[in-house]
Amino acid sequence: MTTTPLTSTVDLVARFPGFVTADTRPGFTGFIVDKNKLVEAATAIRDEFGYDLLTAVTGVDYFPENKMEVVYHAYKITGGPGLVFKVQVPRTDPVEVPSLIQVYAGADLQEREAWDLLGIKFTGHPDLRRILMWEGFEGHPLRKDWQEPFYEEDFKPFKSRWPDGKIEMAEDKNPYKDNLKFPQNFDPEKWIPEGDALLYGSLAKYTITDEHGLKSDRIVVNMGPQHPSTHGVFRAAIVLEGETVLGLKPVVGYLHRNHDKIGERNTYLQNMPYTDRLDYFNSMSNNFGYAVAVEKLMNIKVAERAEYIRVIMAELSRIQNHLVFVGMLLNDLGAMYTPALYAFEERELILDIFEAAAGSRMMCNYFRFGGVVRDLPEGVLQKIKDLVLERLPAKTDEMERFLSENEVLVSRLQGIKVINAEDAIKFSMTGPVLRAAGVPYDIRRADPYGIYDRFDFDVAVRQHGDLMDNYLIRIDEIRQSLRILEQAIKQIPEGPINSQKPQYQVRVPAGEAYGRIESPKGELAYYLISNGKPNPWRYHVRPASFVNITALEKISLGTKIADFVALLGVLDIVMGELDR
Amino acid sequence: MDNEKLNLPGYEIPEDLEHAVAITTLDRIYNWGQRSSVWPLMFGLACCAIEMIAAQAARYDMARFGMEVMRPTPRQADMMLVSGTVTKKMIPAIVRLYNQMPEPKYVVAMGACASGGGPFKEGYNVVAGVDKFLPVDVYIPGCPPTPQALIAGMIKLQEKIDKQSLKTVRWYKKGADTVEIPVPILGPDLIDPRRNAEIKSIAAAQKG
Repeated sequence: MTTTPLTSTVDLVARFPGFVTADTRPGFTGFIVDKNKLVEAATAIRDEFGYDLLTAVTGVDYFPENKMEVVYHAYKITGGPGLVFKVQVPRTDPVEVPSLIQVYAGADLQEREAWDLLGIKFTGHPDLRRILMWEGFEGHPLRKDWQEPFYEEDFKPFKSRWPDGKIEMAEDKNPYKDNLKFPQNFDPEKWIPEGDALLYGSLAKYTITDEHGLKSDRIVVNMGPQHPSTHGVFRAAIVLEGETVLGLKPVVGYLHRNHDKIGERNTYLQNMPYTDRLDYFNSMSNNFGYAVAVEKLMNIKVAERAEYIRVIMAELSRIQNHLVFVGMLLNDLGAMYTPALYAFEERELILDIFEAAAGSRMMCNYFRFGGVVRDLPEGVLQKIKDLVLERLPAKTDEMERFLSENEVLVSRLQGIKVINAEDAIKFSMTGPVLRAAGVPYDIRRADPYGIYDRFDFDVAVRQHGDLMDNYLIRIDEIRQSLRILEQAIKQIPEGPINSQKPQYQVRVPAGEAYGRIESPKGELAYYLISNGKPNPWRYHVRPASFVNITALEKISLGTKIADFVALLGVLDIVMGELDR
Repeated sequence: MDNEKLNLPGYEIPEDLEHAVAITTLDRIYNWGQRSSVWPLMFGLACCAIEMIAAQAARYDMARFGMEVMRPTPRQADMMLVSGTVTKKMIPAIVRLYNQMPEPKYVVAMGACASGGGPFKEGYNVVAGVDKFLPVDVYIPGCPPTPQALIAGMIKLQEKIDKQSLKTVRWYKKGADTVEIPVPILGPDLIDPRRNAEIKSIAAAQKG
């Protein structure tokens, strides 16, 4: 049931006496490592203790205590609970922490995010630029003393929103009558935008002339943020020679909607609808992850019937995600629209079920702490049965019949390497991409949450790690999800759908929790810190898409630009989750 | 004017030509051509884009309205469907895309975020509505609007097109072909060049 890391299995304190202490704050786990021993300790954690998958890196601003903390979550690729280690530094600029990029390559983008939003400088990071905001932006927004232009109060519910019949517009309280904030005596006419100089600077090593002194035609092409194959507002700055990709940097943040900052002002329940909008294909999975994290903090059990409803919804969500994935991948490969139309036909049927249960097609807001918000209406279970037992298996077969042996598809996909197992672990990749590389790591099995330990299913895994395997593994996963659904429909009991009383504000004891689930795109985790108040002190989303593109540079070097489109396609990114 | 009246405008059409000749106004045939082929720019910002794709797919089938031809380049697009949260980092690109679209062009703000910031309005990187920069023709409420709501919004746009008159449309007036909107600049915060003087004076007046 519980996935709270069992720190007793590892004795880091004995390994580094004097430099490591156990985190003894009530509700907290893990170890606090001295900043000067961090790289050494992380190396030992990876090599000696075997925690080879660093899933999350994030910072916490303990403003009242005047310190900053960086939190690392490491797991073993063979499964089991994780290890949390932290570094604490004083909160006076420059806040400096050594970078772990040499030990865990997957820390790259997450460290850049912590620098951007919290102003924690990771010394030794080779390319520490802002990532979600732009260069030149004033301040580090996630710091507790940084206030956004529409700031009203530290915590919701705001007094201006109480229903006393008066509405106050946020615009009226801001001197610029807009969502703007400038330093004193700022003169816009004298401002010189930094633009993308640093970005192109980081690509400079790829644009040098070759050893014979000939000036060759290496050009930088910006793909995106508006581009049909980038799945939203993703941008890649690519150095090309002919059609070959020589260098690449992902540029993200075009859909940075400040989930973390808004989430820290919200009450716990108010965050539930915001999670819907992270990975907007899978609002049910997002709800699941958040509910798991908060329930861990609250230490409550989930009503039995609700557990089954949750699994049914999460797996239906996975099926429609993978169907749409196949449709969109084919779009990227040039088979415009037809496969996507097939996928969307089935997706609509699954969305009908979501709409019947939750009231909304896409933004379900269906989970509550301790259960779900309402029971399945009459007839919906029968609809799910018809879909799961009859229609979806037939349609999956149909899709495979049309596609899997299609000559054009096979020649575009087979043998084009995405990533091998070793690198995938190094870059903290999770989800289908990792499993297609031959690593059978699925959180539903490796670190079970909910009631996944009751079902009989296989972790889909493929061995080659090429594009074809990445396509096929999605089909495999649809079949496994159907297996889980079959069992869940059979076993679902009658009973209450929430173990708690319905309430707008929940009492959450102080402490930290890291709730992780296997979302259709990989590991989706929420890191929460509560100080006993109605609002989380820290609300951090660790999305699969964001961490998975850490390896994008590595996997696309040397490929053809047409294959890069497919490589980006199989990573299955969604910008709402990537940029947050 | 409905079809019935249009085919009987009071002119005498010989009986043998009644089904071959129709009389109409220039405005009407112009608008009819335009409203039946509104090509959207292929460009999705956030969650709403997924409902936009769903509206294009088999069940809702926007092709019935002549709107299925998504153009990936702004040069061939007639309508910009702003489908999702407009962020400060993204707005320069959106304004550029708008400037690159040829007249006649329309903007539809799809969903709460594009219309006014929506649930993310308080965010530091969010533009509270695309209408702070672009002239919006139709707002579609919802978070996200269902495909039905999107189609209802498209029909509203068609109704708006129906009311155009060649004498008054902005793209046949004297002067430049299109009006360029100055591209916002990314500074310490988003700088709208049209408001430079205002920003300077307020920034000078505020306390540290």
